[in-house]
Amino acid sequence: MIPAAFDYVRAESAEGAVAQLAEHGDDAKLLAGGMSLLPLMKLRLATPTVLIDVGRVRELSYIRTDGDHVAIGALTRHRDVETNDVLARECGVLRAVAAQVGDNQVRHRGTIGGSIAHGDPASDLPAALLALDATFVAQGPGGTREIAASAFFEGFLETALAPDELLLEIRVPKSGPNGFAFEKFNRRAQDFATVGVVAAKTAGGTHVGLINMGSTPLRAAGVERALADGAGAADAAALAADGTEPSADLNASVEYRQHLARVLVRRALEAL
Amino acid sequence: MEPRTLLVHYLRETCGLTGTKVGCDTSSCGACTVLVDGESVKSCTMLAAQADGATITTIEGLADGDTMHPVQQAFHEHHGLQCGYCTAGMVMAAVSLLEEIPDPSERDVRVGIEGNLCRCTGYHNIVESVLAAAEQMRTQAR
Repeated sequence: MIPAAFDYVRAESAEGAVAQLAEHGDDAKLLAGGMSLLPLMKLRLATPTVLIDVGRVRELSYIRTDGDHVAIGALTRHRDVETNDVLARECGVLRAVAAQVGDNQVRHRGTIGGSIAHGDPASDLPAALLALDATFVAQGPGGTREIAASAFFEGFLETALAPDELLLEIRVPKSGPNGFAFEKFNRRAQDFATVGVVAAKTAGGTHVGLINMGSTPLRAAGVERALADGAGAADAAALAADGTEPSADLNASVEYRQHLARVLVRRALEAL
Repeated sequence: MEPRTLLVHYLRETCGLTGTKVGCDTSSCGACTVLVDGESVKSCTMLAAQADGATITTIEGLADGDTMHPVQQAFHEHHGLQCGYCTAGMVMAAVSLLEEIPDPSERDVRVGIEGNLCRCTGYHNIVESVLAAAEQMRTQAR
C-alpha cells in the first residue's frame, strides 16, 4: 500500500515548521514519527498534499523538571519516555504507559506529541495525560498558548490544535514514582487497548482515565467523585461506565466495553 | 525518488536488497524490520525520505564476511525458523533488543519481539535462539 502523492518538506526548527504550516495551509500535515499518520495515508484515509517533517527538530526532544511539573518536548520518542530517569522519580505512571504503546519498533519512532496531536481515543497516552491534568503548549503564527488536557480532545481524532499550530511541549504535574495503576486489556500482543484504564494518585485526589470508551479519551468522573466521597474501590468502580458511549467493533460490543471498564477500574483502584 | 516512497520499497526495489520482506504492510507483522541508526523500525511505516542521512542496517549487512552474526547463527543452530518469511525481521528485532537488553529474561525476549509475528514456529525456538545469541554475545564481549 502506497500513500497518495504529496510534497515533502523538512522543518529544521519549531519556527520553521510553523512558517511552513502557514505557507501550505489546511492541506499540510505535520509528520513526527509517523506511526499514526503514515498508516492512515497508506490506507488513503488521510491524503495531505504537503507533509512537513518535523522529525529532526531535536530541540523538541527533552524531558526536564520545571518547578512543580515535568516538561516533555513534543518530539520525545516513546522509547525515551519509557526509559527516562527524571520520569522514574517524578512521574512513574507516564513511563509505565509509554512502555506499552505499540511495540519496540513503534516506540523507537513514535513521539508523545504525535500521539497527543493525533488524538486517538484508543491510544494510551492521551487518556493518561488527561488523567494527570497535563497542559499542552502549542505554537502558532501569533505565538504560544497553553491548552489544558481537559479542553484539548474535542472529538474523534479532533483536537483543539488549530491547523496552523504545532504542539511544542507537554507539561505534567509531578506525581512521584509510584501511586498509579495501568490496566490495558487487549486480545493480541501490540494491539490498541480494547479498553484501558489509567489510575493515579495526584495532588487533586485519585484520577481515572479511560482509554477507548468513547470518541475522545475520558475521565471517569463518577468514579473520582465517589472516591472523593469515601467510597471503596468496588463501589466506585461500579460507576466506571456511567455516561460513556463506546463504539462497537470486531473485538467488543458496547456492553462488553462497559463491563471491561468497570472490571479494569476496580482492578486498577485495588492495585493503587 | 518520489516523497511517498516507503523505506521498504526503496531497500527492495532501488537498492535490490530483498532480504527485507513486506508482510502485512500495516506495521503489524514486523517482517520489514530494519535498523535505523541501530534501532529496530518497521520500514513499511517510514518514508525513505525520513531515513535520509541515517545508517540503515538490513539482514544483508549483519554477517561479517562468511561469519554469521551471533543472532543469525543462533537461529540456525536452534531452528528458530520454519518457512523463513518472518526471519529477517525477527533477527533484526532481536539484534536491536539485545543492544538494549544484553542479558534478557525469557519474558524480556517474548515482550521484546511482540512486534514480530511468526505463523509457523509458535515462537518457542525463536525465543530459545535469541536467548542463546544473548549468551554467545556476552561471552564474546568478555
